[in-house]
Amino acid sequence: MSNIEGLLKQHGKPDKEVYLDWENGSLVDKEVYAEMRPYYLERTFGNPAITHHMGWETLDFYMKAKTKIAKPLNIDPQSLALTHSFSESNNLAIKGIAKMNKKRKKIIVSEAEHLSVIHTAKSMFGEQYKVEIIPVSNDGTVNLDILQERIDDETLLVSLQTINHEIGTIQPVKEALEIVKDKDDSILFHTDATSAFGRIPLDYGKVEVDLATINSNRILGPKGIAGLYVKDGIKIKAIYEGQLSLEILSPDVENPALLAGFSKAAEIQFNRFEEIKNHTQNLRDKLLYGLQTSIGRTEINGPSGERRAPDNVNISYLGCEGEALTVECSMNGIYVSSGSACTSRVLMPSHILTAIGRKPEEAHGSLLMKINRLNTEEQINYVLERMPKIIKRIRNITGGIEL
Amino acid sequence: MSSRIPLPYAPRVLELFQNPQNLGRMEDATVYAVAGSPACGDMIAFYLKLDEPNALIIKSSFESYGCASNIAAASQLTIMIEKKSLEEAWKITWSDVSEALGGLPSVKTHCGSLAVGALRRAIRTYYKEKELKLPTWLPEELSKDEKHALEEEALAEKLAKKYKLLEKRD
Repeated sequence: MSNIEGLLKQHGKPDKEVYLDWENGSLVDKEVYAEMRPYYLERTFGNPAITHHMGWETLDFYMKAKTKIAKPLNIDPQSLALTHSFSESNNLAIKGIAKMNKKRKKIIVSEAEHLSVIHTAKSMFGEQYKVEIIPVSNDGTVNLDILQERIDDETLLVSLQTINHEIGTIQPVKEALEIVKDKDDSILFHTDATSAFGRIPLDYGKVEVDLATINSNRILGPKGIAGLYVKDGIKIKAIYEGQLSLEILSPDVENPALLAGFSKAAEIQFNRFEEIKNHTQNLRDKLLYGLQTSIGRTEINGPSGERRAPDNVNISYLGCEGEALTVECSMNGIYVSSGSACTSRVLMPSHILTAIGRKPEEAHGSLLMKINRLNTEEQINYVLERMPKIIKRIRNITGGIEL
Repeated sequence: MSSRIPLPYAPRVLELFQNPQNLGRMEDATVYAVAGSPACGDMIAFYLKLDEPNALIIKSSFESYGCASNIAAASQLTIMIEKKSLEEAWKITWSDVSEALGGLPSVKTHCGSLAVGALRRAIRTYYKEKELKLPTWLPEELSKDEKHALEEEALAEKLAKKYKLLEKRD
């Protein structure tokens, strides 16, 4: 029997709280919530596929709201399918393409993809698909030479993320796409842009990927809604059955409130794009290099400079076990996550950290922090002040154990 | 990140994590042992100071490279064996430790097992190093918790090889 209330009581409410676990869950921005609220209580809650005034109102709203999300991507709003999560979008991109294209039987993904891509690709083994996993370099960049070698006339789909969610590597999507399309124009290219949407410019009018996953909660929109861009003319099929409505790839009753939130979040994020980018990047640099210089025996995971996502801080603290670190951070009101085995279901460290060649003790001691536009400099100063003490305490518990 | 699972620790786990009892290397230990592996991400070092003629534990301490429940399990065990005879200490099982901690989440039961494995390894090491005759309560065959520690160490090696972790080590 678990006693979570007792656990929380024992933990106590920290005097000061700094949330940096944006990778694993975000709140909804106040303005976004204000936009959503009337769609729950009064406005256009009707089903957009029914022939009455309220249905048509919703339909009208849908078209306009999707435009706000599509515009910064330079895509036609009609080509944006709405789903319930980025995991669903990634599943749909892979399985939905496979359902419509039975002849080719090879799927290529990178070693550093999100598990919703890797596990989906591997789940296709049962249907006699061949899955090729492309290695990444020690900063997480996908190896394009190996990609070029592996694509052949059997290849149906290549799926490479735009930004790595854990170590912030900005992948050479444009170059990878050129390699794939130069080899064979009929090979489809999907990119999981979950961690990239709203963080770096994405122009699918110019970089003509066939499919792209985007997400609402990462830009402080609501959970429960995400998107999959499907270029005009690409054959894809829904991966579950339901009553068809507007969203034929995710057949369900449309939820205007979630879309209102998603589109508002996108509007805010892109209206303030440069400002948000500069703000997060400044705080990221302050935190990343501040931690590295004030604490000994650290390793930054992922690239530095322009090839690192503007919001990503991922550092391994040698001699610390990451789950213990997250708990100690929590005691100090700092909320982060770790790639340690101890935080996982399978008791293996993060597959991304092992893919970039981190030793087990480096992977186990990693902490992922993400900077959001809501974080302040004062919060980062607090983290910089507390972290050396946190690391010292955990290293003291490790003591002289030789790793 | 890997696949996640909720870990609703019992309050006692957090209490011992915040304020671990008997933490730290013991310079004058009669015997010590380490269990676990850095590949698995959890290791426990267990130190015992003995009243040798009476086979009694005077004090014990631990170091832990591990998660909160690993730290708590090791600390809890040092409390449970205080002033106990080696025989009494030997008989403590992982489920006794888990129970004293208010229950460990199922995925973390191995933390209790690893602590017990480290203690038993220290006790066995003591008899071996001093070349003493094994007492009747100490089986020649490895106990379940010792085997668990061994299995975890072996599994870690195997997984590490599988994921090419060791090849990349210097």
